[in-house]
Amino acid sequence: MKRYVCDVCGWVYDPEVGLPEQGIEPGTPFEDLPDDFTCPECDVSKDDFSPEEE
Amino acid sequence: MSIVLRENIDWVGYVDWTVRDFHSYNTDRGATYNAYLVRDEKTALIDTVKAPFVNDLIQKVTTLTDMKSIRYIICNHAEPDHSGGLPRVIKECPNATLVCTKKCEAALGKHYDTSGWNFHIVKTGDTLSLGKWTLQFIETPMVHWPESMFTYIPEEKLLFSMDAFGQHYATIRRFDDEVSFQALMEEAKTYYANILMPYGKFIAATMDEVAKLDIDMIAPSHGLVFRSNIDKIIEAYKGWIVHKPKPKVLVIYDTMWNSTGEMAKAILEGASIPGVETDLIHVRLSNLTRIATDMLDAAGVAIGSSILNREMMPMIGATLIYLKGLRPSGKAGFAFGSYGWSQGGMRNLVDYMKALDWEIVRDTISSQFKPTPEILDECRAAGKQLAEKALELANNHAN
Repeated sequence: MKRYVCDVCGWVYDPEVGLPEQGIEPGTPFEDLPDDFTCPECDVSKDDFSPEEE
Repeated sequence: MSIVLRENIDWVGYVDWTVRDFHSYNTDRGATYNAYLVRDEKTALIDTVKAPFVNDLIQKVTTLTDMKSIRYIICNHAEPDHSGGLPRVIKECPNATLVCTKKCEAALGKHYDTSGWNFHIVKTGDTLSLGKWTLQFIETPMVHWPESMFTYIPEEKLLFSMDAFGQHYATIRRFDDEVSFQALMEEAKTYYANILMPYGKFIAATMDEVAKLDIDMIAPSHGLVFRSNIDKIIEAYKGWIVHKPKPKVLVIYDTMWNSTGEMAKAILEGASIPGVETDLIHVRLSNLTRIATDMLDAAGVAIGSSILNREMMPMIGATLIYLKGLRPSGKAGFAFGSYGWSQGGMRNLVDYMKALDWEIVRDTISSQFKPTPEILDECRAAGKQLAEKALELANNHAN
């Protein structure tokens, strides 16, 4: 599963870890995050995330 | 009047003596927008000022050099208090290239008509040679906006730190050792609390970068330049970044017929145990700027409101919305207040505190109309409990 980086602030979504404080279980791929998911650091939407470069 | 930082490196900014409301930040001591002119074989202007004051900037620069000699304009931060002067300055500087991050170019394009502007995009580690001096760039995302950066002149050990280490403080002086150190640190703390508090994690990363630099002088975009107290401001930032709590309890309230006011005073009495600093803040008689600043290093916070038309009182609402954005963390607290019939707003009060991940030390204390002696005793006991918790939190942090 791919990690995704917030284009605005650089926060990284790691699907292995999820985001339990927002109810996102570990093992949730980025694609399966709800449409209203926002970056926990800067609050931008999923559209402002890009796959992490290798 | 320009002011010399180093021979041929001058402050050419603007002192805004009369500004008192900076997008709801109460700037009781005014503000400055700092711009710097670096004259070398190639001349660089670092940042500009708010748009209305651009003539003043141009006048200062032209006493030192011809605008046409400016080869680089560095934009460390796209916010209009620093970039507002750009459209005019760029017109006056036909030979200048605008140097900024990729995100800054995009942000400037959303503020101004940048077609025809000559951009040079930089990232961390990039440098530009001016002749005897080098400009080195360090991206500092979210300090204060996504596009922000620092500029550093290694030969002079001089860091242009943009909003970081800034203060809203209008003075004819330009250096930290020329003003009251206490006033300077008050304003630095106020600035951190009201502008930078939500970005502590990012500032921590930036501070790691700063630690790698040899620094003799820090020239921020607002307020005084640090040359004598660099260690002290860096040390203060290290504490603020992690919300280091002091054994301090704030009782913040609003009240209609002073029932909640009586409860607030009883909590304050209870909280005033040895070793604990306390403060009582009536939100309508204080202001958001002051409250956020006091909040920064408080370990315990009790928040109280009367219930007005089912809701908390409006200035308590404004305070909580403001705090929700600033995200002060690591605190303990509880809610209290007086009501007539509906208690709905009282529940919302504690919800805000929970959303900030504060430890709620006890149930909300509510009083129907005037507090009875028993309720006031309960308030005193709650204040003492919060103060003991504040001591514990401060001690845990110290160890």
